[in-house]
Amino acid sequence: MSALKIKKGSSKHSAYNLRPTFSDVQERHTLAVLVDNEPGVLARVIGLFSGRGYNIESLTVAEVDHTGHLSRITIVTTGTPQVIEQIKAQLGRIVPVHEVHDLTVEGHAVERELALFKVAGQGEKRVEALRLADIFRANVVDSTLESFVFQITGSPEKIDAFAELMRPLGLIEMARTGIAALSRGAE
Amino acid sequence: MTRAMTGAKMVVQALRDQGVDTVFGYPGGAVLPIYDEIFQQNDIRHILVRHEQGAVHAAEGYARATGKPGVVLVTSGPGATNSVTGLTDALMDSIPIVVLTGQVPTFLIGSDAFQEADTVGITRACTKHNWLVKDPARLSGTIHEAFHVATSGRPGPVLVDIPKDVQFATESYTPPSRAKLSHYQPQVKGDIEGITDLVAAMERAERPVFYTGGGVINSGPAASQLLRELVDATGFPVTSTLMGLGAYPASGENWLGMLGMHGLYEANLAMHGCDLMINLGARFDDRITGRIDAFSPHSKKAHVDIDPSSINKVVKTDFPIVGDIAHVLEDILKVWKARGRKVNREAVATWWSRIEEWRKVDCLRFKPSEKTIKPQHALARLEALTKGRPDRYICTEVGQHQMWAAQYMGFEAPNLWMTSGGLGTMGYGLPASIGVQIAHPDALVINVAGEASWLMNMQEMGTAVQYRLPVKQFILNNERLGMVRQWQELLHGERYSHSWSEALPDFVKLAEAFGCKGIKCDDPADLDDAIAEMLAYDGPVVFDCLVEKHENCFPMIPSGKAHNEMLLGEAETQGAIDEKGSVLV
Ligand SMILES: Cc1cc2nc3c(=O)[nH]c(=O)nc-3n(C[C@H](O)[C@H](O)[C@H](O)COP(=O)(O)OP(=O)(O)OC[C@H]3O[C@@H](n4cnc5c(N)ncnc54)[C@H](O)[C@@H]3O)c2cc1C
Ligand SMILES: Cc1ncc(C[n+]2csc(CCOP(=O)(O)OP(=O)(O)O)c2C)c(N)n1
Repeated sequence: MSALKIKKGSSKHSAYNLRPTFSDVQERHTLAVLVDNEPGVLARVIGLFSGRGYNIESLTVAEVDHTGHLSRITIVTTGTPQVIEQIKAQLGRIVPVHEVHDLTVEGHAVERELALFKVAGQGEKRVEALRLADIFRANVVDSTLESFVFQITGSPEKIDAFAELMRPLGLIEMARTGIAALSRGAE
Repeated sequence: MTRAMTGAKMVVQALRDQGVDTVFGYPGGAVLPIYDEIFQQNDIRHILVRHEQGAVHAAEGYARATGKPGVVLVTSGPGATNSVTGLTDALMDSIPIVVLTGQVPTFLIGSDAFQEADTVGITRACTKHNWLVKDPARLSGTIHEAFHVATSGRPGPVLVDIPKDVQFATESYTPPSRAKLSHYQPQVKGDIEGITDLVAAMERAERPVFYTGGGVINSGPAASQLLRELVDATGFPVTSTLMGLGAYPASGENWLGMLGMHGLYEANLAMHGCDLMINLGARFDDRITGRIDAFSPHSKKAHVDIDPSSINKVVKTDFPIVGDIAHVLEDILKVWKARGRKVNREAVATWWSRIEEWRKVDCLRFKPSEKTIKPQHALARLEALTKGRPDRYICTEVGQHQMWAAQYMGFEAPNLWMTSGGLGTMGYGLPASIGVQIAHPDALVINVAGEASWLMNMQEMGTAVQYRLPVKQFILNNERLGMVRQWQELLHGERYSHSWSEALPDFVKLAEAFGCKGIKCDDPADLDDAIAEMLAYDGPVVFDCLVEKHENCFPMIPSGKAHNEMLLGEAETQGAIDEKGSVLV
């Protein structure tokens, strides 16, 4: 579990790290949730968000510890500080949830997303797409005479920017993984 | 040493090892192997209800009256879906129950097999946790884990779904001592720094009030004992939610009565005017707070709760303490004594004199009548004629009668009062009274009911008769859905849309048809004798108490109003709820 490199005991007891919770400001937080990898656990987490009316901007999940059968769910959500604290406390109540970490509060986390873009075009547009892909360090993972599939990783903002640029150049389809995030530093 | 046995046998063995003596249930195809095992043993008593919803409410009553988890066994499909209301009720009121459901065999799951339902899917939102057991080797361990989850931390309902082939399969049994319990271990000790801060605030407080809730009852008898010690030692006033009645005795000197929408004037004004509110195991429900921005505007608020999500959910807390009530109260007392048992005596005495002024309003007074039985009068008489008995358990249905019972009946100890607070489930009381009577066969168990609520699960009279359970069904029959009628009067221009009970049965004949005693009373002059007759009868009784049809329940804080905008009687109700308030329930 230490391989997961997430700080201990951050947010399970929301009561103890009281921030000014009753303000109206909407905040965007990235949460890392460590759960038992058992059937239905994702449904529990998603059911919590839908049942209580919380937002999900992005959600990714995969097993990260095969021997311990633990999965890591990374959720990007928005809400007032009070709602964010409630979300963390409510997540902490789910029985198969081991730890809830608010990466936004714990320090600037590294956030990365992977995306695939299919761009079709000929002539100038095709050359321009390739040139921009190079600037964004996107790789070509499939190509035909009329199309490319680019693979790009980076912050969600970078991927948004790339998508905007590709749109006029023949963007046909796009698939994004959602965010994976880790806190910075040795801890 | 491992013992090999079938899944069905394991279920019974696991229940036995968990100390279960009673199961409330209803059989069907998908649980027949378990019923076969139940047939072949005598340690666990099975109570056959008449509807699975009744089984769950009975288990809730049993749990609340004993402090032990209630256990339910039902079949797949309709058996499981019929348990959903009870599960939701238990979740809202933090009642520990374990529901075992049968499921179609694993190889048929997903095929729309006969009586298949996605039980764990359907109940995910109304259980604390649930499991579908597909591997017989994990069955006994899962059942032990289910009891652990239901009873630790904030208690609640859990469900274990057991496919029929798993019940037939043979595997080795895991006893509780070797079951691997999950990491789920809620924190029970409160943070001592936070506790010390709270004690310091208590020493200074000029207008303190204890606001206690169901969490004190959940925590167990030690919590009630410690609460009494702390209240009596500090001399602070204490009020309670509907769910916490009995934690502090109604005859206690510092008792203000229930607070909230239909709570007492003095309790609500004390909450409104206090400078230190100490919330012990209550959850700032909207029946309590009324308008949030006007809720106790000048107080610092402490909140002790075992569930971190309860804290700062509704009301901002100045002294948040996560922990079990008994543990935290013990530490509060320790710290307070060590610091010299200080309270601001003079200021608290002044505070009490203000409270005494509010008490003089006598908010529970009502106009008695010689012609019709006033519901309040009926309950005042029931109280007077039964209050000496330490083994008196009161259940209720949902509606006006429930509120009057909370107002006019006093509870001296925890676990004597069972009511559906959070979900407000009509039909809860009769089966709950059955569960209580099963747990305490010689006790006096009364269900204070409204006729409409009572009809919702009246089939359970069959259960009462079958098991010779002398439950007393005290029905305040106003021939109205009284609580609904009251709201229609106050905020829907007296248009009484579908809020009356027509075509009611003759309750005396109905009682007789079930094989129990029926009593009818409509004259205040006969009331005491009729109640005495009910109490003297050694068996189940349905008491049809015909009461005033248009009585409203006061005091009342209208929705969307603050504590100090409470209505005390009929004269004040005109236009009491504005448009904004009327969207609230
Ligand atoms: C028609 C109707 C009218 C009503 N009117 C009123 C009214 O006027 N007044 C009123 O009070 N209620 C009223 N209610 C009930 C109301 O809806 C709520 O159910 C009730 O107020 C909640 O009680 P509570 O705050 O004690 O919380 P509960 O629901 O009992 O919750 C218990 C709290 O304690 C915590 N807890 C549990 N175990 C422990 C432990 N071991 N240690 C520490 N904390 C623990 C839990 O996490 C939870 O936060 C009414 C209900 C109905 C149906
Ligand atoms: C299952 C369910 N359906 C509807 C309601 C809404 N409701 C709350 S109180 C009430 C009327 C209850 O009437 P009765 O049992 O006769 O009690 P009274 O209020 O007359 O004392 C209704 C319909 C509810 N609480 N539960």
